[in-house]
Amino acid sequence: MIDIRIQAGDFDPGRQLGRLEELGRAAVSGFVAMVEAAEDVTEILVEHHPVLAKNALRRIAEETERNWPLAGIILIHRHGRLRRGERLAFAAVAASDPRHALDGCCFLVDALRSRALFWRKELAADGSGRWMEP
Amino acid sequence: MAFLDLLYFGSLRETLGKDGERVDPPSHVLTIEDLVAWLGERDEPYRSAFGAPSRIGGAVEGERVGNRDSIFGAREVALFPPPGAL
Repeated sequence: MIDIRIQAGDFDPGRQLGRLEELGRAAVSGFVAMVEAAEDVTEILVEHHPVLAKNALRRIAEETERNWPLAGIILIHRHGRLRRGERLAFAAVAASDPRHALDGCCFLVDALRSRALFWRKELAADGSGRWMEP
Repeated sequence: MAFLDLLYFGSLRETLGKDGERVDPPSHVLTIEDLVAWLGERDEPYRSAFGAPSRIGGAVEGERVGNRDSIFGAREVALFPPPGAL
């Protein structure tokens, strides 16, 4: 099971983990990315293109599924304007082997950071902004 | 090559002042790398936007590709700086 969501709104990590728990496997591993930014940053803008972003997340999930025997994968990425401390993204997996769950989730997080097609601009109160590019 | 719709994202979009355009690349433009080099030969703001070609990534018909991959026959190509919001 692969479930990919790209949305402006918030999500409930506990509820998402619960969906994976219902699969009845030995391990569920999850990760929540939060918005952290410098004090002068009032909010961030997460830019995306729906098709590009969805295809990129699907490829990441499919690659993860090929590398580890996972029963379920959930990937959620938010877009639009977000404030410091808000949830930004979520990655979680269910597996029969705890090591597979941990490694699979780690792989998802690394891939989200480097390959998910979202671009981040940090916006300051004075109206200025800077693109954050690795 | 037929007309090609380009999409720009992130700082690339901002530097160029537009989120896309339709272009008619010459016949020697066969890959993402070729396309970026060709666009970078234009006057400002293209020269600045494409001044570091190795930092520009591409997607063809919605699927990310390598910079040496072909764009032959493509109708839509997205170009963007290194991604990642986390």
